[in-house]
Amino acid sequence: MRLELIPRRDVSSLQRSLAPLWAILAALVMGGLIVAFLGRSPLAAFRVYFLDPLTDPWALQELAVKATPLIIIATGLVYCFRANLWNIGAEGQLIVGAIFGSILPLATVGMESAPWVLPAALLLGALGGAFYGFIPAILRVRFGVSEILVSLMLVYVAELTLDYLVRGPWRDPKGFNFPTTPTFESFATLPNLASEGRLHAGIIIALICAAVTWFVLNRTLFGFGIRVAGEAPRAARFSGFNANRMTIAAFVISGGLAGLAGIVEVTGQIGQLKPAISGGLGFTAIIVAYLGRLHPVGIIFGAFVIALTVYGGEAAQIALKLPLDLTRTFQGILLFCVLAADALTTYRLRIVRGVTA
Amino acid sequence: MAEVEGADAPLCVLDGIVKRFGDLTANDHVSLTLRTGEIHALLGENGAGKSTLVKILDGLLAPDDGRILWQGRPVTLANPEEAASLGIGMVFQHFSLFDNLTVAENIAVAMPAGVRLRVLNKRIQELGDRYGLALDPKREVWTLSAGERQRIEIVRALLREPKLLILDEPTSVLTPQEADNLFTTLEELARQGCALLYISHKLEEVTRLCDRATILRGGRVVATCNPREETPQKLASLMVGSAIPPLRDRDHRPADVRLSLRGLSAPPAELHGIALRNVSLDIRGGEILGLAGVAGNGQSELFEILSGERAAPDRGMVLIDGEACGDAGIDARRRQGAAFLPEERNGHAAVGALSLPDNVVLSRHATSDIAPSGVIAFDKARALSDAIITKFDVRTPSPLADAGKLSGGNLQKFVVGREIIGNPRVLVIDNPTWGVDAGAAVLIRQALIDLAAAGTAVLMISQDLDEIFAIADRIAVIHHGTVTAPVDARSVAREDVGLMMTGGQGVSHAA
Repeated sequence: MRLELIPRRDVSSLQRSLAPLWAILAALVMGGLIVAFLGRSPLAAFRVYFLDPLTDPWALQELAVKATPLIIIATGLVYCFRANLWNIGAEGQLIVGAIFGSILPLATVGMESAPWVLPAALLLGALGGAFYGFIPAILRVRFGVSEILVSLMLVYVAELTLDYLVRGPWRDPKGFNFPTTPTFESFATLPNLASEGRLHAGIIIALICAAVTWFVLNRTLFGFGIRVAGEAPRAARFSGFNANRMTIAAFVISGGLAGLAGIVEVTGQIGQLKPAISGGLGFTAIIVAYLGRLHPVGIIFGAFVIALTVYGGEAAQIALKLPLDLTRTFQGILLFCVLAADALTTYRLRIVRGVTA
Repeated sequence: MAEVEGADAPLCVLDGIVKRFGDLTANDHVSLTLRTGEIHALLGENGAGKSTLVKILDGLLAPDDGRILWQGRPVTLANPEEAASLGIGMVFQHFSLFDNLTVAENIAVAMPAGVRLRVLNKRIQELGDRYGLALDPKREVWTLSAGERQRIEIVRALLREPKLLILDEPTSVLTPQEADNLFTTLEELARQGCALLYISHKLEEVTRLCDRATILRGGRVVATCNPREETPQKLASLMVGSAIPPLRDRDHRPADVRLSLRGLSAPPAELHGIALRNVSLDIRGGEILGLAGVAGNGQSELFEILSGERAAPDRGMVLIDGEACGDAGIDARRRQGAAFLPEERNGHAAVGALSLPDNVVLSRHATSDIAPSGVIAFDKARALSDAIITKFDVRTPSPLADAGKLSGGNLQKFVVGREIIGNPRVLVIDNPTWGVDAGAAVLIRQALIDLAAAGTAVLMISQDLDEIFAIADRIAVIHHGTVTAPVDARSVAREDVGLMMTGGQGVSHAA
């Protein structure tokens, strides 16, 4: 017995845009089954995971805080994924962005007021991520090295570099030997948007990133080139786009946005550097990018859906004693479902009996 | 059962086939009988319903009404594999090949499981020798020309020993000699009892090769006849519904040299590519220079360097209007007044997943007001696209349709129109009418003639000698990366050019 995928005729755009909803539904059913196997009520889990956060204003702020870096990274990934380039090292670019971006806030600890530090830190963070994204791109263009492997392996380099810095040269001398840097001054952190809660200005940066990305991809020649390069490389060359330059540009933008997300996280809600500042945001953003169908508006929704699973996962750990790993499992199931929904929208599954046709 | 069974029954009968797509009836009660040993032509314009009918016969589409009888028995063809196991083989006009696999691997994927590659290599070579379809089984497909790729499709179908072989425009990329070889192959196949359904718009071919012809127009059968008893003109008028206008002639009044190649030599860009050797050509405004040659003799390499998709080794090897531009990119050359159109419509000259206006942006963003300062003005792209659709009679489901939704002929009219509507001073065009129907071909050739008459230098690379003799003023031949000196089209014999295409010295090298 084997399975065959047969192309469907005439798939409407409505069906295509509904695919992620089907995916979420299927993932919910599977997640419910797992919860049932763990001996808890799936309905109670569903309430704790998905309904409670959406009815509590404080929780809504928390969702926005968690969605912020995901939106920024995923919009960056769109440039690569649309061009058929596989940047899976956003996590590393995020960390390097956080490191570069923290240089100025750390150097100004103890100063009175320096309003230029925050914008400069955000810019440096983006530059750091862009530099880190440039490495796999230049290796691919010059030597034909797989960008998948390089971008992934550079994640570990970034993680260990950060670890070294916060345990070594950048450690807070007054920090009781904890592996953290000094806390940034308030002028070097993103302002809060509400008097209560943790919502910070990062969400505005994220929405601006999404809007600009929408404009670039849909209205500019550069964005057109990215799309054509992904669809048909020869046509892109015929159109006058240099494949090497497009590869580098896509990776630099993608890395730059991941770096920006890193420094937004640090200046927005952490306030210092620690050995672990991300917890896999750069990988989760890949799910967000596909959940959002590589479209900036879709990504905003996708980021909130994922933020919901993270927040709900924390709540479920407390309320139902469900392991936090369940959240990761659920995110994984969700990614599979999204990809399967895409495939099943375009193709019809047929089961063929017998070894050969 | 009322049908005649067994040996007396025709091999395949299509009986009242109806296929609708929304409001469009692509096949309207089409009936067709195919007998063993006959070569049956299926004629019709773009959109006449030929492709739909063939897809039904190949199991790719299910008919809405009507029956298919195979050796007298009604059958349903749910998919191509079922059609293949009955003995229906198909050679498509658009190649369905994996670029990164070798010839043998591409053939193996279409074979039943358990065929050993070494055995297959031998059979490929045997078939190649027997039918004049020379192929190196170990070469990767991306290194092959369109002509060679088509041979794979033919060999792939023949390996399954079909009882009915359907060929969609099979000679569109072959030289006259290759086509003659193919006809011998096909006649041999027919003698051995294979039925052939031959889709073509080359009416001379059909009148020469086919025993019967079914002519479709607007989804209906308008005539069934013996093409040997008809004139090509008669068949053409049946197909189109009215007489096809002949090409309007013009004076050949060459002006200044607009496009020059000076001693162009270039190593191949790809492992199995062709090196260009000392190519020199001058193309004047007001003339069409036809560059004849068998597929895979350096045409695509030459096109790449002419267009600037690949830089020439030396700046002075390519000149546009006397200005050296061998190192300039394709957009810079477009800004110098040149336009280019590659051979492959899908994925090179156009992107199927993009709309028609987007496909205008593809090659015209540097030479129009579509994208000033990098932001695309889609209303202007749309306006230009609409103008092309009107002026070049492009039949499209909608002005914003994806390019992939258009038939081959209509998409070709669109991309040719896209380049011509900008009034380029130089046009390099590779196989302008490859695989398009008679009506579209006449329109495109007339547009090239008119463009030259308006003073443009046109370099037309073509594997179709009929096309070259129909519109070229001078003819040169490319063979193994070298180009002969051009000769006057009126003073050279077709046979001589045919001979030069295979490396023979047909005529003295007079300029």
